[in-house]
Amino acid sequence: MSRNLIVRSIGPAVAVQDLGRPGFVSVGLTQGGASDPVALYEGAALLGQQPSCSVLEMAGMGGMFEATTDIRIAFSGAVMDVKIDDTLVQWNASHLLPKGSILTIGAARCGNFGYLHVGGGFATQSYLGTQGCHLSAGLGRLVERGDVLPLGCDSGCQTGFCLVPEPRFDGGKIRFVRSMQSDKFEDSTVTRFTETEFRRDPRGNRQGIRMDFEGEGFQADGQLNIVSEVTIAGDIQITGDGTPFILMHECQTTGGYPRIGTILPCDLNKVSQAPIGNFFKFELLGLEEGAAIQARANAILSGLRKSIKPLIRDVSKIQNLLSYQLISGVISAKSAPLDEG
Amino acid sequence: MKNLMTKNFELQETWPKIKTVGLAGIIVTFSGVLTEPANRAAIAFLAAVRAMEWDEVDESNSTLVSTFLRIDLSVHRAEPIIERVKNLVDSKDWLSAPLPAGRTLWRVPTLFGTERAPQLAEAAALAGQTVEQAITDLSTTTMRVLTIGFAPGQPYLGTLPECWNLSRQTNITPNVPAGSLVTAVRQFCLFPFGTPTGWRHVGATGFLSFRPNSDRPFPLSPGDEMIFDPATEAEFLQIESTDQSGNGGAQTEVLK
Repeated sequence: MSRNLIVRSIGPAVAVQDLGRPGFVSVGLTQGGASDPVALYEGAALLGQQPSCSVLEMAGMGGMFEATTDIRIAFSGAVMDVKIDDTLVQWNASHLLPKGSILTIGAARCGNFGYLHVGGGFATQSYLGTQGCHLSAGLGRLVERGDVLPLGCDSGCQTGFCLVPEPRFDGGKIRFVRSMQSDKFEDSTVTRFTETEFRRDPRGNRQGIRMDFEGEGFQADGQLNIVSEVTIAGDIQITGDGTPFILMHECQTTGGYPRIGTILPCDLNKVSQAPIGNFFKFELLGLEEGAAIQARANAILSGLRKSIKPLIRDVSKIQNLLSYQLISGVISAKSAPLDEG
Repeated sequence: MKNLMTKNFELQETWPKIKTVGLAGIIVTFSGVLTEPANRAAIAFLAAVRAMEWDEVDESNSTLVSTFLRIDLSVHRAEPIIERVKNLVDSKDWLSAPLPAGRTLWRVPTLFGTERAPQLAEAAALAGQTVEQAITDLSTTTMRVLTIGFAPGQPYLGTLPECWNLSRQTNITPNVPAGSLVTAVRQFCLFPFGTPTGWRHVGATGFLSFRPNSDRPFPLSPGDEMIFDPATEAEFLQIESTDQSGNGGAQTEVLK
């Protein structure tokens, strides 16, 4: 039996994603991968599978999908309105999508990137060893209406779990450590950088996001005479006019603008998920402190499976309540059978 | 505020410098400006690092003047690895080290000028040359792959004679096609995709430096050498109409 998800309608920026494609930096290809990797761990925990399973990353808006077979599904990341046929279902939870039913995922209500997980992941085409699209490198394409997305083999059976996601959808404090060019910036510039309130600018994509601010820029000494050097996701790059740009997962492998520092990977999700206009402040940590915080974040991700809870259905949200057999089969040890009265 | 005084690891004030890069790894930089010895050192040191097969290193690459070791510094402590890197740095004079053996020389048929590469005459004039002299310079200089980056597989190639030290143009050309040979600052770039650029478009090739559907998607490596042999328009069109591989009629030989 074919296991597919048929795309009946789709938002403007939905793509198959995964944890990225490491190992190609020497040939000019950054790791790429999902904009919010934490969401991949959360969905995997909800379905009891590996976080390496591919998912659908939905920027701002989901789509309408039909299952050709019973499929286990889960949602994570930016909360979106979602229903199975006419029944609203819970985000940050796993569910069964029965064969022939229609899954409708609407607009994001907080955050930018929502994720649809399926049992066994997708079995779409692989590029250089993995399925995740790297759109700036021309690997893969956005999902289109009419696509039939093949599903991987699913050996699991767990559904009906939920979790409380790590908060990351409204900006806030972003921690960073020094990087190779940080010493090109005056200490007073770095201090001013950490004391400045920034707002997420509308200018941003999967390669980088601009930070808006008021006041003087944050230029380095000899800003224009820097040899192009390795760039990595999370780098805080200062462009010619002194404006910070945060390099994201599909950034280029080298860049000629100096970097004032590098955001901890565990805080980069907050940058990708923050809606336009959200506020940020940057906090500079020593290397050891940053490494320890990142190690703790990694440990939390690997322990996420222990934090899932059974989903308790809210009776008021079950639209077809009357079709449920709520009475027959109930057994009481003390009173007489129900039909006696 | 105490953290603001936490400087990066600065083991030496002189070159080469060893520094941490966020929590993503360690970089060894051989010079503050692009020079031939510093680029050669970065490529030679990369080969030496790879030969060490250190478990902590997830991947490594060389840029114009640096060698980068990607290491998860939230898993591995930086200091002991920096110590090992420093010992390898100190083990020889990398600025006089030879390039590693086994590199490839690529000879790529190239159509200089014509409407397929419309900025040759402009670039030649800026270099103070006739178009014929320019083609001679551009096609007879053996160019080294200094680094690969920006776009997948995209080589930066150096180094042309001094008269080719042209600034990037202030206006960006909206799109030059895949396989375009462009020049600025005594270098060539050879674009794998159509792209906007401030470099001047002097040659057209059928050579794609990124071939995602091939079993060798990234044909070039840093340290490889390239010569752009002039092709006539007829030769170029012949290659273009028959080549399906993305190799563009390039011939290769292994450098000793």
